[in-house]
Amino acid sequence: MDGIHDLGGMQGFGPVIREQNEPVFHAEWEGAVFAMMRAARARKIFNSDEMRHAIERMDPAEYLASSYYERWLAALTRLLAEKGVVTEAETGARPANRARRRAPAAGESQAVVLDRYSTAQSSFRSSNAAPAFAVGQTVVTSNERKPGHTRLPRYARGKRGVIAAQRGTHVFPDASAHGLGDAPQPLYSVRFEAAELWGTGDVDTAAPVYLDLWESYLATVAGPGGDRG
Amino acid sequence: MGKFHPNVDKYVVSRVRALESILLDRGILPADAVDRIVQMYESDTGPQYGARAVAKAWTNPTFKRRLLTNSTAALSELGLEYDQLIVVENTDAVHNLVVCTLCSCYPWPVLGFPPNWYKSPAYRARAVSEPRALLKELGLEVPSEREIRVWDSSSEMRYMVLPQKPDGVDGFTEERLLPLITRDSLIGVATPLPAGGA
Repeated sequence: MDGIHDLGGMQGFGPVIREQNEPVFHAEWEGAVFAMMRAARARKIFNSDEMRHAIERMDPAEYLASSYYERWLAALTRLLAEKGVVTEAETGARPANRARRRAPAAGESQAVVLDRYSTAQSSFRSSNAAPAFAVGQTVVTSNERKPGHTRLPRYARGKRGVIAAQRGTHVFPDASAHGLGDAPQPLYSVRFEAAELWGTGDVDTAAPVYLDLWESYLATVAGPGGDRG
Repeated sequence: MGKFHPNVDKYVVSRVRALESILLDRGILPADAVDRIVQMYESDTGPQYGARAVAKAWTNPTFKRRLLTNSTAALSELGLEYDQLIVVENTDAVHNLVVCTLCSCYPWPVLGFPPNWYKSPAYRARAVSEPRALLKELGLEVPSEREIRVWDSSSEMRYMVLPQKPDGVDGFTEERLLPLITRDSLIGVATPLPAGGA
């Protein structure tokens, strides 16, 4: 979807501000949101593509006004409601007492096991299908405007690029984010020249962008400038 | 602009606590999960593996080749299981910069948590379309003739930069090189610290 999350190439955001000696969590609640997200993922209540898409579906003004963990909280709350685990009304009705927690137990914690599980998920899938595109081949990206989750950013839609590498076969997020299974596809690293992406004007032509793109985003280019291989 | 120090109202905190107590009741969140996971990440996260890999690559050409062509094998030599990393090498001709424009993809196992600026709309918007100007603002001048390759992490593949070795470190051991290798140099927004400057 052409959401506010699709920020690449947008103008007017001003300088990038770096915080010195940034802590891992700025407040206790951020750590709690992080841990809840880890637990929900490990319990397979939703997958990482569904989580990304839930963030993308935030109200655009709220998205920009939110910190990172506020966006996580919004996505977590929304997904738990959509999956029928915790309704919005339940969260709202709950008294805001501090949750009961036990002191860290000795030995292997269930929390640690869960965390390890949720970080060990790989998107690689085995496949016998040969990739359709070869390194060095010129391709053009899809110009289809999709309503759901996709990993083809708006700035690279309908653009010509060259296959720089094959990346193996991976879970297809456009399917996985919508409960349609892994639907694995070959993935490619594609190089786009800056002039192709940003057009004319004050463009730094010596600054190409490399994107990892799934096979169904790509098509061969016919005619001049097309596949010479 | 996105907030760095969210001056979060009590509403957010109370929602988090409510959700936490419901998930505890339902058995979804183990009783010690929040404390344990926070403790674990606060004490044991950072660019240690990434810096170690770079220090080893600078001193060992065989390892360097492996890191650039088969990072999974190289990282496993360091005791890390991670199969989704691509390492890109800075040279006199090419400077590499890593971003994720769509969300905040980042190689956590090798670099730790992403800093807030990496997740900020300003960085995500500008890194792809005006990387040289952005790097200059951040204090890194990349010569105009040097190509800047921007790696927009649009999938589960994650990126780390292998920076150029600073001058004057020939003969340094991995241990002496390690403190020169900053997180920012592994993202591509800085160069490693100069020898003697760590």
